Amino acid sequence: MIELQHISKVYEVGGQPIYALRDTSENIQSGEYVAIVGPSGSGKSTLLNIIGCLLRPSEGAYLFNGEDVSQFDDQALSHIRQHQIGFIFQSFHLVPRLTALGNVALPMVFAGISSSERQFRAKEALESVGLSDRAHHRPNQLSVGQRQRVVIARAIIMQPSLLLADEPTGNLDTHSGQQIMELLESLNANGLTMLVVTHDPNVARQANRVIVLADGQIAKRVKGEELSAGSMPLF
Amino acid sequence: MLIDLISLAWTALAGHRVRTALSVLGVAVGIAAVVALTALGEGARQYVIQEFTSIGSNLLSVLPGKTETTGTMPGMGGVPNDLTLQDLLALRRNIHAAQYIVPVSMGTETISHGERRRQVAVIGSSPEFLQARELRIAQGQFLPPGDVERGTAVVVLGHMTARELFPGQQPVGQVVRVGEWRMRVIGVLAEIGTQLGVKMDEVVIVPVATGMKMFNRSSLFRILVKVRSPKDLDGACDQVIAILTERHDEEDVTCITQKAVISTFSSILQTLTLVLVAIGAISLTVAGIGVMNVMLVTVSERTEEIGLLRALGATRGQILWVFLIEALMLAGLGGFVGLLVGLGGVHLLTWLYPAVPADPPAWAMVGALGLAMILGGLFGVVPARRAANLDPIMALQRR
Repeated sequence: MIELQHISKVYEVGGQPIYALRDTSENIQSGEYVAIVGPSGSGKSTLLNIIGCLLRPSEGAYLFNGEDVSQFDDQALSHIRQHQIGFIFQSFHLVPRLTALGNVALPMVFAGISSSERQFRAKEALESVGLSDRAHHRPNQLSVGQRQRVVIARAIIMQPSLLLADEPTGNLDTHSGQQIMELLESLNANGLTMLVVTHDPNVARQANRVIVLADGQIAKRVKGEELSAGSMPLF
Repeated sequence: MLIDLISLAWTALAGHRVRTALSVLGVAVGIAAVVALTALGEGARQYVIQEFTSIGSNLLSVLPGKTETTGTMPGMGGVPNDLTLQDLLALRRNIHAAQYIVPVSMGTETISHGERRRQVAVIGSSPEFLQARELRIAQGQFLPPGDVERGTAVVVLGHMTARELFPGQQPVGQVVRVGEWRMRVIGVLAEIGTQLGVKMDEVVIVPVATGMKMFNRSSLFRILVKVRSPKDLDGACDQVIAILTERHDEEDVTCITQKAVISTFSSILQTLTLVLVAIGAISLTVAGIGVMNVMLVTVSERTEEIGLLRALGATRGQILWVFLIEALMLAGLGGFVGLLVGLGGVHLLTWLYPAVPADPPAWAMVGALGLAMILGGLFGVVPARRAANLDPIMALQRR
């Protein structure tokens, strides 16, 4: 599903090229649950943004479902994000003035889906994350755990094939973090490919595979269960 | 899609009520100013045109004196030769395109009946004055036909004059004093209002020879020539000047056609209207800058949201429209409110001061709304482009 071939991302800082990602290759199969771990500045976010079609690599090819999207223009990339990729953010990024229902329906607005269908599908999605009774609450009237569930409902509303989560439990307490991870795992169990960037070893352990990044390169690939509880792989 | 973007913009605008209201107010003031000022300018123009056309556009006036030679207003001194009743008769004999050729002398006198007295404008003229100025008789008769050089002691009263001198009485047949003169009232004019700035309801009309004697004048105030069709106007003017130049041995009269006066006034007042529009446009520009400012603040405040929308699959073009529509809604709302306020103001003004001519032209109303939208587009496009060109990742990271 995802094929990264010798991907690099270079930024110019003060005339000096800085590699955020260097010659990275990786394949992710459909239905996999992959965790990306690594210290700050190791290139986790850059990798996630490239896979999420928010960022074009400086070098290399990125095949998404067999198509090289690294050369796609803004409109084509937007189309892929809209229909193929769901995003889950650490800080939620909910629109404060919209209700939970409105936030969940937001991606459908830009896809040109009719208002009645939006209502129906958004309600369904909220129900699937267990928030039917909070549909008309605004984000600031919801607990952080509930907010993240709204974000998940929004991420799956367009029925994407890939779910990208950036520190999905980073702002949550242990209990609601666990609930969120159970929700995500159940989505993965239904066939949704999932990529999670995390600092939390307990989250990473649940993944099929763990990719360890260091200094913009993949330093290690391990199986989730190989991680010992409470500790992150060595760098 | 458009409706969705509008409702999305609406939630954003409704979330900042004070800010939204203030920028709407800014646009509204500008639009209201344009509407009200064009209404006044256009009203003035319409008023003047109506005044002139109400007495017929086939009319031309002959004035003693040449504007170019005297440098003062015609008929106000420095007149080389009198415009006499003999001149009038000569014109009547020779100008065949003319329907009526009417003498006018003018002055003010005190008219009294019993204890009631009043200062009025006295017009001395001939029977054809009625047709030439398109007046109507309400009671009795107008000036009797006959030799224009013979002045009889009869008078026709304007509607208002008659009502004030003879409240509840029949004026026709009564005797009034006009200055030193005792005169018999033979008729009363129908109510007509103001013509060319003269309140025709408050005048009295006497035979021209009587009038000239009354004011001790040797010259007529002017001669009115009414031609059958507007295309005869210029020819008649040339003829008048030729005949009178021959009689006076010099060109010492001025001939003014209503058409020329109307077009001069009309173009002056049109310019005035445009100047007023320009003044309104300045306040609109200020309002537009206000809209741009608010939209820039909005874009900057909602950077995170823009990043989110981009991540959710909105294209640059869609983001551009999200903010452009918001600006257009601000401006359009302002335009609508401004139009209502402007029209309301004009109606209030005409209600308080019925004499003020104010008539908001349709083009100004449609134009005002259009202008508001163009304003929103022009001043909204810069913030909207800024929003569209934000880098989604940077935008998302901004908290």
